Amino acid sequence: MKKNIFALVLTFLLAGLWAGSALAQGKTPTDDDVNAVASQLFCPVCENTPLDVCPTAACKQWRELIRLKLSEGWSETQIKEYFVAQYGARVLAEPPRQGFSWLVYIVPPILLAIGAYLVFTTLRSMRKPTPDVAQVSVGLETTVDDDDLRRVEEELKRLQ
Amino acid sequence: MFATFGYGVLLLTFLMALYSIGASLFGYFRKDQKWVESARLSMLLTFPMLSLVSASLIYLLVTGNFNVKFVYEVTNRAMPLYLKITSWWGGQAGSLLFWSWLMSAFATAVTFRKWARDREFLPWVVIVCSVTMVFFMGLSIFFENPFETFWQTMDGQIVPALFRPTNAIPFTAPDGQGLNPLLRHPGMIIHPPMLYLGFVSFVIPFAFAIAALATGRTDDRWIRITRRWALWAWLFLSLGLVLGGRWAYDVLGWGGYWGWDPVEIAAFMPWLSGTAFLHSVMIQEKRGLLKHWSMILIILTYCLVIFGTFLTRSGVLSSVHAFAQSAIGPSFFTFIFVTFVISVALLLWRWADLKSENQMTSMLSREALFLLNNLLFISILVICFWGVIFPLISELATGQKVTVGPPFYERATGPLFATLVLLMGIAPLSAWGHSTIKTLGKAVWKPLVAATLAMAGVVTYFLLNRSIINDYFPYALIGFFVVIFSAFVTLYEFWRAANARAHAQNENIFLALWRLAGRNRRRYGGYTIHLGVVLMAIGIIGIEMFQTSTQRTMKIGESMEIAGYTIRYDSLAQFEHTDGRWVTRAEVSVFRDGKFLGTLAPRYDLYPDGQPMTIPGVRSTVVDDLYVLLVNWEGVNAQVAPFKVYHNPLVNWLWFGAIIFIFGTLVAAWPDKDPESVAVSARKPRETVPAGITD
Repeated sequence: MKKNIFALVLTFLLAGLWAGSALAQGKTPTDDDVNAVASQLFCPVCENTPLDVCPTAACKQWRELIRLKLSEGWSETQIKEYFVAQYGARVLAEPPRQGFSWLVYIVPPILLAIGAYLVFTTLRSMRKPTPDVAQVSVGLETTVDDDDLRRVEEELKRLQ
Repeated sequence: MFATFGYGVLLLTFLMALYSIGASLFGYFRKDQKWVESARLSMLLTFPMLSLVSASLIYLLVTGNFNVKFVYEVTNRAMPLYLKITSWWGGQAGSLLFWSWLMSAFATAVTFRKWARDREFLPWVVIVCSVTMVFFMGLSIFFENPFETFWQTMDGQIVPALFRPTNAIPFTAPDGQGLNPLLRHPGMIIHPPMLYLGFVSFVIPFAFAIAALATGRTDDRWIRITRRWALWAWLFLSLGLVLGGRWAYDVLGWGGYWGWDPVEIAAFMPWLSGTAFLHSVMIQEKRGLLKHWSMILIILTYCLVIFGTFLTRSGVLSSVHAFAQSAIGPSFFTFIFVTFVISVALLLWRWADLKSENQMTSMLSREALFLLNNLLFISILVICFWGVIFPLISELATGQKVTVGPPFYERATGPLFATLVLLMGIAPLSAWGHSTIKTLGKAVWKPLVAATLAMAGVVTYFLLNRSIINDYFPYALIGFFVVIFSAFVTLYEFWRAANARAHAQNENIFLALWRLAGRNRRRYGGYTIHLGVVLMAIGIIGIEMFQTSTQRTMKIGESMEIAGYTIRYDSLAQFEHTDGRWVTRAEVSVFRDGKFLGTLAPRYDLYPDGQPMTIPGVRSTVVDDLYVLLVNWEGVNAQVAPFKVYHNPLVNWLWFGAIIFIFGTLVAAWPDKDPESVAVSARKPRETVPAGITD
């Protein structure tokens, strides 16, 4: 009798443990759950093809692997880390923010800032007349005599 | 025989183009017009001769001569005639010849008539066009020969070679491999020629730019001659990009139109620099400013055209090893490097001659805003270029392969595109020369108020439909505001000018608009393009920020739901098509609120070579697309089939906007009766006009 009670308790305990574990793992992953992770990964074989739409047999297996990992309670980050460990950083949709790969993120803003600075200084410098231009205009003013002025005015009248 | 004939004529044309370069250089430096004329005539002959070469290849393709390697690779007996002809550009070897042929046609068009008018530019235009042709013909002759034939050697091996290997006998395959099924779509048949037309036509403004630098005629004459060439180039490139997008949407089966793939970006980059160039030359024409910059942009565009041609066909930039093993990769890069260095050297030589004739006097003037527009276009270009080459740099530096995918580009370019659209709204309201906050504010306030009122409507719509609000909502609101504001500015500009004319001339407003646009096609063509961009932007915001998708495996009679639609799986049919492909076609019924809307038939085709193609069933309305895919990669049978459904809000605005965009470009690029009279009138003193009325 004691033995039976012990077995019953053990069964309940195991059932409880299984239920708890199942609860922690959540429901069976749907296709949408799998695609949500797969769309963030790129096929290691085909060029530039996200895993969720890749038709190859290898990618089908990888999607099943994602489903399995999700059903085991793995998080999205853990699954991505697993794929990176297995197939390298190229499976990620963008380079990891570490080491040399930082360059991909840093270079464009730096160049953009340089470009903006160049445009700004170009605009500023263009707004101020340079001394050369000022001198030339002064020089021109001094060389125009009254005869020239009269002639220009006559020309203008004729045009009108 | 036709293969030998085609190759022989190709070789002869190559030599003639080489002669053109030599004769033109000799004539220029000896100041002997006879040599230049001889060079021109020699270059003119390249077109009929390359037409002969192309005709030979087309004959081989149409007659199914599977002794020729290229014919074997891109055709088979089952293919219809039109596909056999269009497979000319379906493979690398053929498309390189196609490039040369198009280049010869454009070189002929630019130097056949009225060349005497541009006599001083002629030697250098001939040189640039001929050098480009020599390069592409050289690739065809030495690396990617479309006339290579199969030979069977003594030990039974089949080898492709131009000339008979020792003791080998000709070998003819019983049938060809056939064109890649993905390339059989109408969009993909027209897409490459459009792209190539765009690429090739940009060579003409570049040739004139180099001629201007070499001859020292650095005023805006070269721009006036080539303005329409540049516009046509831009039109073709835009058409190529749009058709490519539509093809991806219809055939690739991932619910989108643009995947930021290196091949797509390769075609997009010359478009970006070309767009910046089209705006920059306007500043040069109107104000005599930014001459250096216009030169830099056209040099950049030419180099990107060559780079784009290389990438769209080879795709070897994905890996260092693929690049090193590619026969044409090093040649392309050497050519790009050499032309870039020579062009920049010429530019530096003439740097002092290209000084601005005027000064920018206001940070808010039209030219200052155009300069900002150029900065944005070039920033997007830098991001694209960096994203495309970074995987190669990473692999070279660290040995680590990385992917630079859509999230990178979308995050980096999104704000820049939004700013561009905003600028597109403000710039037409500012005046050339001088604008202040006060004058600009006076012009802006009406469209701004209208846009704010319209935004109240947009926000109300979202509040009434809270279920569609997602994480992108704040960005979408900014996007919609920018887009609506720009749309109102453009429409306001049309209305203001048409209304003024209608009153002045006592005309009907539509007639006034028609005549106004006819009198200044460039300005109103430009505004129409802006309107097209605005509509396209609405579509892009819709699909990029509010696209939803769901996937489910269904039994017959089961349903799935997305965005208020119910999709019921009705039946499945599997059959063999007459062209040999195995078709699996499902039928689904679409309902909304219990009301039957129609039947869709997503399918996937499996070609004899194992290549699958997923064709969606699409229900399109002005509001959204319901895009249903039969997910062939998950296993389908008569009872159970997996479906993936995308809901793409507003996506058709993208295609409709593209049509308006192309129409606007056509209006702007349409030739005038006499281009010279335009040049003369443009030199006349301009009357004072209020802000926003100038182009």
